[in-house]
Amino acid sequence: MNKTIITMGLAATGLLAFAGSTQAATLQDVQDAGELRCGVSNGLPGFSQPDSSGNWAGIDVDTCRAVAAAVLGDADAVEFIPLTAAERFTALQSGEIDVLSRNTTWTTTRDASLGLNFTGTNYYDGQGFLIKTALGVDSAYDLDGAAVCTQAGTTTELNLADFFRANDMEYEAVVFDTSEASAQGFDNNRCDVLTSDTSQLAALKTQLTDPDSAEILPEIISKEPLGPVVRQGDDEWFNVVKWVLFGQINAEEYGITSDNVEEMESSDNPSVQRIVGTSGNMGEILGLDDDFMVDVISQVGNYGEMFERNVGPDTPLGLNRGNNALWTDGGILYAPPFR
Amino acid sequence: MATHQPLPNQPAPVTQRGVIRWLRANLFSSWINGLVTLVVGYYLLTMLIPLIDWAFIGAVFTGDGVDACRPGKACWIFVEERFGFFMYGFYPEALRWRPTLAFALFALAVVPPFLPLPGRLRRSVAIFGLTGLPVGGYILIAGGVFGLESVDTSQWGGLMLTLILAYVGIIAALPIGVALALGRRSEMPVIRGICVIFIEFWRAVPLITILFMASVMLPLFLPEGVTFDKLMRALIGITLFQAAYMAEVVRGGLQAIPKGQYEAAEALGLGYWRRMRLIILPQALKIVVPGIANTVISLFKDTTLVLIIGLFDLLGAVKSTLSDPAWNNVMAEGYLFVAFCFWVFCFGMSRYSHRIEKQLDTDHRQ
Repeated sequence: MNKTIITMGLAATGLLAFAGSTQAATLQDVQDAGELRCGVSNGLPGFSQPDSSGNWAGIDVDTCRAVAAAVLGDADAVEFIPLTAAERFTALQSGEIDVLSRNTTWTTTRDASLGLNFTGTNYYDGQGFLIKTALGVDSAYDLDGAAVCTQAGTTTELNLADFFRANDMEYEAVVFDTSEASAQGFDNNRCDVLTSDTSQLAALKTQLTDPDSAEILPEIISKEPLGPVVRQGDDEWFNVVKWVLFGQINAEEYGITSDNVEEMESSDNPSVQRIVGTSGNMGEILGLDDDFMVDVISQVGNYGEMFERNVGPDTPLGLNRGNNALWTDGGILYAPPFR
Repeated sequence: MATHQPLPNQPAPVTQRGVIRWLRANLFSSWINGLVTLVVGYYLLTMLIPLIDWAFIGAVFTGDGVDACRPGKACWIFVEERFGFFMYGFYPEALRWRPTLAFALFALAVVPPFLPLPGRLRRSVAIFGLTGLPVGGYILIAGGVFGLESVDTSQWGGLMLTLILAYVGIIAALPIGVALALGRRSEMPVIRGICVIFIEFWRAVPLITILFMASVMLPLFLPEGVTFDKLMRALIGITLFQAAYMAEVVRGGLQAIPKGQYEAAEALGLGYWRRMRLIILPQALKIVVPGIANTVISLFKDTTLVLIIGLFDLLGAVKSTLSDPAWNNVMAEGYLFVAFCFWVFCFGMSRYSHRIEKQLDTDHRQ
């Protein structure tokens, strides 16, 4: 991810100014304002990108819409604030945004030292390799001596160095400024391999002159759990954002979709009843309406719908569920129970 | 007696006139020039023909979606489909007449130097352009009063944002710049010192650093819960930066005025402000029109730097959509479109400044 050294330095400065600071009652503030302010990326396919009519679309965008639906009953009551990688944490710390949903990797440093809390994972990503099929290489362990296109100043570059050193292989880094530029370099044969997060490799692959001439290698060399982030110290708001995502994952597990959510309100299954709010008081204890998940599911959908709509096999990105499948389907999505 | 009957004049030999003469004189004056012409001509043709074919002849201008595009040829449908976004960013579609109206007013305020209007009308239009227009334009675009629906600045974008940044930067920086230039030539050491420090500080820092500070560092030093608009922060940064440059341009003009003018103004018994306003500044500003135009054009292009603080100006808006996987590689089209827009505006400004120069020209030196 675009975690630059500068970010860390600035964020550390931010820490000094904000040590122990809390901005309580974000939930109340959002309800008073009638609008959720959500920080997103400035154009990342499948995650947050303006569509042809100028509306934000993507899985990160839908994560925010789901929170807005839960808190305000209206998935469109979101003000999206595009942020660069460098300014994303400051914007959250200074209260410019209420939630950051900008394909941000969950790491110890960020969680522990920036005054932030990661509320969960809305996409399990990992760094991979895109390679020209003509080279006949089918494993990342055969890449000794390869020229690798990558982006400057990102963890991608560091992971790459770690991987090659750990496996005692040589490589030549061809460094570019942006991911699009690195894809162009790969397309023009400046390098043999392109490395980035696999979700982005899928998007970059569609930009090649001949997308079929390249393939993604099976090895994943880093863990990149991406998820929404909130300020530390406001546990009520932290719980809300956390349980909206858990609610969407649970909804998929129990087969509640935007199409059948109304029928599900008369379901006999107690687990389903707790999600749609016909039994229990899950909404109340979170500070929301009891049927908040009905708003979320009917307006945004469950996790699976969100995935299929933005990055799934039927979208140009064409990603399979993989790790992002439910634990019951061989993935690692496992939400604590709604109880 | 035989009268002398001169022959009618013969036309010059075919090699000494028209196109052929021009070719001989300019392209084939010696065998080595001829060779260079042929080689360069060959490469130009081999490059230009495919380029023109890519951009115009074979390109796809109308159609529906990515499927209508031809591989290896420009696909302008992409630009067409996103045109509204490139122009207005996230500005709500139903309200886009408001910025359009604001820019129509802007155009009206800019045109008068090209029309034969009486001086007084021209002057009031200019005053409107510098005072009424920014206020009226802001109300139109931002809304929130007179029953206009409020549109948050985070939704502003595209060419509209580029023009707003440039326009505000220019009209706010000019007066500050003039004041700084006068201050720097002041005889009062405190004022002079402040102006010198201000100018040298802002000129010594790259604009990108200022924008970065305004967007990333400033919020950390503000009190808890106080946020102030990102666009406003960027505008203030750009204005102060621009003012420092403007100050030095204007100072150049002040120094070019002969000392006799200053003395003559003093001899008339005018006070400092009237001396400046009536005698010195009108002459100085006239001299530096090309310098101001230069600064303005470079500011217009510098506004693209707001990309790094996540504002969607024209370049930012185009860039954010280039990686859209629904479209195959449309980078060249996108960037060409941006380049074309910038060229149109910068060339326009350049011609405009020439026009103003001519209009103000009262040169007695020739």
